[in-house]
Amino acid sequence: MADFEIVIAGFGGQGLLFTGKVLAYAGLLEGRELSWLPSYGPEMRGGTANCNVILSDTPVGSPIVQHPNVLMVMNAPSLDKYEADVAPGGTIFVDSSLIERKVNRDDVTVYYIPATRMAAEAGLSGLANMILLGAMIRTTGCISEDTLPDALHKVIPERKAHLFDANMKAIEAGRAEVA
Amino acid sequence: MQEKVLMKGNEAIAEAAILAGCRHYFGYPITPQTEVAAYMAKRMPKIGGTFLQAESEIAAINMVYGVASTGKRAMTSSSSPGISLKTEGISYLAGADLPALIVNVQRGGPGLGGIQPSQSDYFLATRGPGHGDFHVLVFAPSSVQEMADLTSLAFDLAEKYRMPAMLLADGTMGQMMEPVVLPEPTELTREKPWAVTGTKCAREHNIINSLYLSPQELERLNIERFERYKTIEATETRWESFMMDDAEICIVSCGITARVSRNAIVEARKQGIKVGMIRPITLWPFPEKPLLEAAEKVKAFVCVELNMGQMIQDVELAIKCRKPVSLCSRVGGMIPSPEEVLAAIKQANE
Repeated sequence: MADFEIVIAGFGGQGLLFTGKVLAYAGLLEGRELSWLPSYGPEMRGGTANCNVILSDTPVGSPIVQHPNVLMVMNAPSLDKYEADVAPGGTIFVDSSLIERKVNRDDVTVYYIPATRMAAEAGLSGLANMILLGAMIRTTGCISEDTLPDALHKVIPERKAHLFDANMKAIEAGRAEVA
Repeated sequence: MQEKVLMKGNEAIAEAAILAGCRHYFGYPITPQTEVAAYMAKRMPKIGGTFLQAESEIAAINMVYGVASTGKRAMTSSSSPGISLKTEGISYLAGADLPALIVNVQRGGPGLGGIQPSQSDYFLATRGPGHGDFHVLVFAPSSVQEMADLTSLAFDLAEKYRMPAMLLADGTMGQMMEPVVLPEPTELTREKPWAVTGTKCAREHNIINSLYLSPQELERLNIERFERYKTIEATETRWESFMMDDAEICIVSCGITARVSRNAIVEARKQGIKVGMIRPITLWPFPEKPLLEAAEKVKAFVCVELNMGQMIQDVELAIKCRKPVSLCSRVGGMIPSPEEVLAAIKQANE
């Protein structure tokens, strides 16, 4: 399987690190090499927060993703920041309910998904990240759909275990959107 | 064997310390190492250990001194500005020949600096962090696995040689998650006849002290300590060689920059440039021997680090300036990209 170098970016509070953790745990369950690196510090308050995930069949060198082949963005500043870095042939997932503009690249595949609006309308508010994740997994195959539920169980803390079904529902909605 | 789990570097340090038998943690929060303290706060009370958030870094290191005096495994953790505060206590630990673990998850400096990753405490760590003539064992982890493994090793060697050990990580290593197989629990069997544990009226008093007003005695203790250091230099130096067999350029780098360098080496090899890396795992003792041997074979060295050029001095000393050594570095929390390292490799190769 090809290496996946993934950047997930947006505002703090949108579940970006959580989304990355789901991918990382799936990688662990699949016995792959991986790294997960969060941004930390003042940028989490108001500016952009992000997380870098690498999934590979060979040992991961630098955990810092320079040229993502998968980018998921949940606010406009993040698209501005990372758009040019995306590797040619890469895929960008845009939450089009939060980002009005279009991607200015013609060498990448772009999915515009109004995830935040979809989540609100489906009573899944706060789970726009999972909608985008569902679309990402379906279209890129970065992790297996089979390991996803187990990974999600690992990442959702025990006290929030009741939210598992809602998360899966959001992922389903994302999958359906790109089917 | 323990199962493979996903952990942050900081959490791996904490869990590995517990598995190594450490039941006393004293700390004070500071980014980017706070997860060590947070983890200890959660775990220690459940296993009959002590977690204490001290009123300052200075208090924390002196609490470590107290516990270490009794022969128990004790640790503290901080990041660069906090480590400056601890240096007095570290010097006292060294002067009293006490084992302890000090974790430094480095951030950019000087002063309060920033909170992003750095390796600018290299001099501070390797030259003896505090006043007086001494060393501490210095370990430079380059993966979450090594964060755990070297924590274990640091406790063991600190005890074996009765001296403080420092785990010198950086913000990236502390914050990133990777799969890790935690070490097996350590059985603590080492006798510590020097520890203050109460005489029970059955032996002479043990005294833990770093004050020696007799110059003759203080000189003798310093010389003895440095004899011990010679043994450590001869037997405890650790490093990893990567693609060095036919290398014409040798990168020297540790921690996060060694990971970035690895990417650059793989790319350079694709372009036909024969480059490898010697990655120091112990920074004190420094792997002088493999570097001097490499100097016979390669035409140049490139030192990749997150400071204005600190480890490069040890490289030049190790190879007795026989080959040119160039520096590829970023500071202030910036990290060189593999492309930047590749450019430095190409320049050295010309």
